[in-house]
Amino acid sequence: MRNEPETHQVAPSSKSENEMVALSTLYPGERGMVAELLGGRGVLGRMAALGFTPGAEVRMLQNFGHGPLIVLLRDTRVALGRGEASKVRVMRA
Amino acid sequence: MTKENTITVALAGQPNVGKSTLFNLLTGLNQHVGNWPGKTVERKEGTFTYNGHAYRLVDLPGTYSLTANSAEEVIARDFIIKERPDVVVVVVDAAILERSLYLVAELLPLPAPVIVVLNMMDVAQQEGFCIEPEVLEAALGVKVMPMVATKNIGVRGLVKAIDTVARDGYVYTPKRPEIRADHKEVLEKIEGLIAGCVPEPYPQGWVALKLLEGDREITRMMQECLPDERWEAVHDVLRAHDDALMAVASGRYEWIGRMIRAAVIRPKAGQIGLTERLDRWAAHPFWGLVILAGILGLTFWLTYAIGAPLQELLDIYVVGGLAKLARAGLAGAPAWLSDLIVDGAIGGVGAVLTFLPILVIFFAVMGILEDVGYMARAAYVMDGFMHLMGLHGKSFLPLFLGFGCNVPAVLGTRVIESRRARLLTIMLAPLIPCTARMAVVTFLAPAFFGSAATFVSWGMILLALVVLALSGMLINKTVFRGRRAAFIMELPLYHLPNGRTIGLLVWQRTLAFLKKAGTLILVVSVVVWALSVLPGGEIETSFLAQIGRLLEPVGRLMGFDWRLMVALLTSFIAKENSIASLGVLFSAGEEAGLAETLAATFPAPTALAFLVVQMLFVPCVATVAVVRQETGSWRWTFFNVGFLLLVSWAAGAGAFWLAHLVGL
Repeated sequence: MRNEPETHQVAPSSKSENEMVALSTLYPGERGMVAELLGGRGVLGRMAALGFTPGAEVRMLQNFGHGPLIVLLRDTRVALGRGEASKVRVMRA
Repeated sequence: MTKENTITVALAGQPNVGKSTLFNLLTGLNQHVGNWPGKTVERKEGTFTYNGHAYRLVDLPGTYSLTANSAEEVIARDFIIKERPDVVVVVVDAAILERSLYLVAELLPLPAPVIVVLNMMDVAQQEGFCIEPEVLEAALGVKVMPMVATKNIGVRGLVKAIDTVARDGYVYTPKRPEIRADHKEVLEKIEGLIAGCVPEPYPQGWVALKLLEGDREITRMMQECLPDERWEAVHDVLRAHDDALMAVASGRYEWIGRMIRAAVIRPKAGQIGLTERLDRWAAHPFWGLVILAGILGLTFWLTYAIGAPLQELLDIYVVGGLAKLARAGLAGAPAWLSDLIVDGAIGGVGAVLTFLPILVIFFAVMGILEDVGYMARAAYVMDGFMHLMGLHGKSFLPLFLGFGCNVPAVLGTRVIESRRARLLTIMLAPLIPCTARMAVVTFLAPAFFGSAATFVSWGMILLALVVLALSGMLINKTVFRGRRAAFIMELPLYHLPNGRTIGLLVWQRTLAFLKKAGTLILVVSVVVWALSVLPGGEIETSFLAQIGRLLEPVGRLMGFDWRLMVALLTSFIAKENSIASLGVLFSAGEEAGLAETLAATFPAPTALAFLVVQMLFVPCVATVAVVRQETGSWRWTFFNVGFLLLVSWAAGAGAFWLAHLVGL
C-alpha cells in the first residue's frame, strides 16, 4: 500500500484508468465498477444478493491495507474480509 | 375467503429494514416466540384483528434473498410456497431502496400476493432521496405503502391494504421481473426439460430459475424427480452456463433499476452523512477498539452498579421471605418435606430469580447497542482478533452476551451463517466468565488473597479470555482443520433507538432464559438437594459427600479435599452454588465466617487452583442444555463438557504448581 494520506474524497489514480484490479486494492475514496466475482457458489450467492453484481458501482470507504474493509455499494455500507474483497475484480473508475 | 377464517399474513424483509418494529406494532404482546420445526431458527407469530377479521401474522426470518444459502432463506420461501399465506407483506428500506427491492424481485415470481412496505421514509428524506410511492406502485403492479414504523406512521394504511388484498375480489397483477435477455433461451430450454415433472406446489418457472442459479435444495429435488436421461440433459445445460448465477442476479438488479428510475430522485453524490462521520471513529482499527473497550467497561459498570444492589434486595426480601413463608406454612408437615421445598425448590428458584436484575440490565444495554446499529461496528473492529481463532467478527456479538450469562450467548450464535463457525462459537461461549462465575470469584478472592483480590479477579478474567483464544485456535486447527467462513456484513445506518423494540427484545430474551434455565435449575437443584441429605440426613455422610470423596484423588493434585470437590459438583446447577455449598460443608452457617475458615484451611496455591478450575469448569446445567439444543447433537455437547473438564483441570494443576514454584 502506498503511503498516501487517507482521504474520503474521490481521488482517481492518474495512470490506471480502466484497469481491472482486485477490490481490496482500491484506496479510500476511489470508485470502481464490479467486473467479475471469483469464488464458490455459496459465497457468490450471498455477495450477489447484497448487490455485488457485474456493473454495480462501488466506492471504497475504509481500507487500511490490512484487515477487513468497508465499501459503499447500492447505498449500503458493506463490511467484508480482505479475502472476500480480493475475489471481487473491479474496473477502476 | 370467508369471514370466519383467519387470514394468514407473512412478513418478509431483509435484515435491518425495521421488520421487527412493524411486527411489534401490529401484534403488541399478542405474539409467541418459538422455533421453526426442526430448525434452530426463531419463529415469531402473532395475531391482530381488523374490521372483524382475525389475522395471523407470521414473521419470516430476515434474509437478503431467497436462494438456499442458509436455513433462514429455505424457511422463508418454503413457508410462502407450501403454506400459501393469503398476503405477503415485504418491508423494504426506502433509504437503500435498490438493494432492499432485491428480495421483492425474488418474491414476485411466487404465487402469494405481495404488498411492499416502504419503511424509513423519514431516513430516506434526510439522506436526500425523493420517492414517489404511487409511481413505484404503478411500475411494480403491487400495492406500495409508505411508512415510518418507528413513529407509527402508515400502519393503519397497511392494515387496510392487507384487508383489501386478502378479499376475494382482489386481482393480483404484478409486473414480474424477467431474466436478462442473453439467458432467456437457456431458461426456456430448462423449463421445457422439466415440464410436467415439477412436484406440487412448486411453480415450474421458478424452479427453472433456481436451477439456473445453482440452488442446492432445488437441484437435489429435481435430480430426484426427473427421469435419469432428462436430468442428464438439464445437467448438461446447467454445466454449459455455470455463470448463470451472476446473470440472474444482475438481471434482477437491472429490473430494479428500471422500476425505480421514475419513482426515485437520488441525492447528489459526495454528500457525507452522519453515519459516515461516526464510522470514521467507531469503525477505525484503533479508535474503534478504544470506543468498544469504553462501551464494554460502561456496560459492566452499569450492570453491577445497579444490578448488584437489586440482586441483594431480591435475595433478602423475596427469596428469604418466600422461604420464611414456606417454613411457616409447612410447620405441620414432615421436616423432610419442608426442607425439600425450602432448601431444594426455593433455593433453586432463588438462584434464578436473584440473577434477573443483572440479566435484564445487560440485555437492555445490548438491545440499545443493537438497535442503534453499533453492534455491526463492534463485530467489524473485532474481526481481526476473531480471525486468530478461525472465526470472524460476527462471532463476537454472542460471545459478548456471554459476560451476562452463557445461555443467551449460546442462543445468540444464531446470527452466524456458517455451521462450522457457529459450532466453534458455541464451544467457546462457556469460557466467557459470566456474572455468576464472577460472583464466586469476587466472594472468594478477598477471602484468600486480601488486598491482592482485585488483581486476582482481573487475572481470572484475563486467564479465561486467553484460554478461550487458545482453545479457539486449537479446536479450529484440529477439529475444523483451519477452514474459515466468509465475512460479509451490512453496516446499517445509525439511528435513534426505539423503546418499544428494545423493550420487547429484553422481554423475549428474559422470558427465554427463564423458561430454559428456570425449569432445569429447579429440577437439578431438587436432585442435588436430595443427594446431599440422603441417606442419613447429614451432608457429611450423604451420597454427594461419597461422590466427592470418590473424586478426591483427582483433586489431590491441587490440594483439593472432598469438600471442594462437592462445591464444584454443585456449581453445575448454577455457578454461585459453590459458595452456598462451601458454607454448608464448613458448617459456617453464616457466609461471613466462611471466608476466614476457608483462608485458614487452604494454602494459597490450592486457593488459586480452585478459582482457576471454578472459572473454566463445566458450564452450568442450563448452558449445557442449550448447547445440546443449538448444536442438535449429543456428541458436540459431550465434546464441549469433556473439553472444558480437561482444560479446567490442566489449568488448575498448572496454576497450583506455578504458585508453588514462585513460593506463594
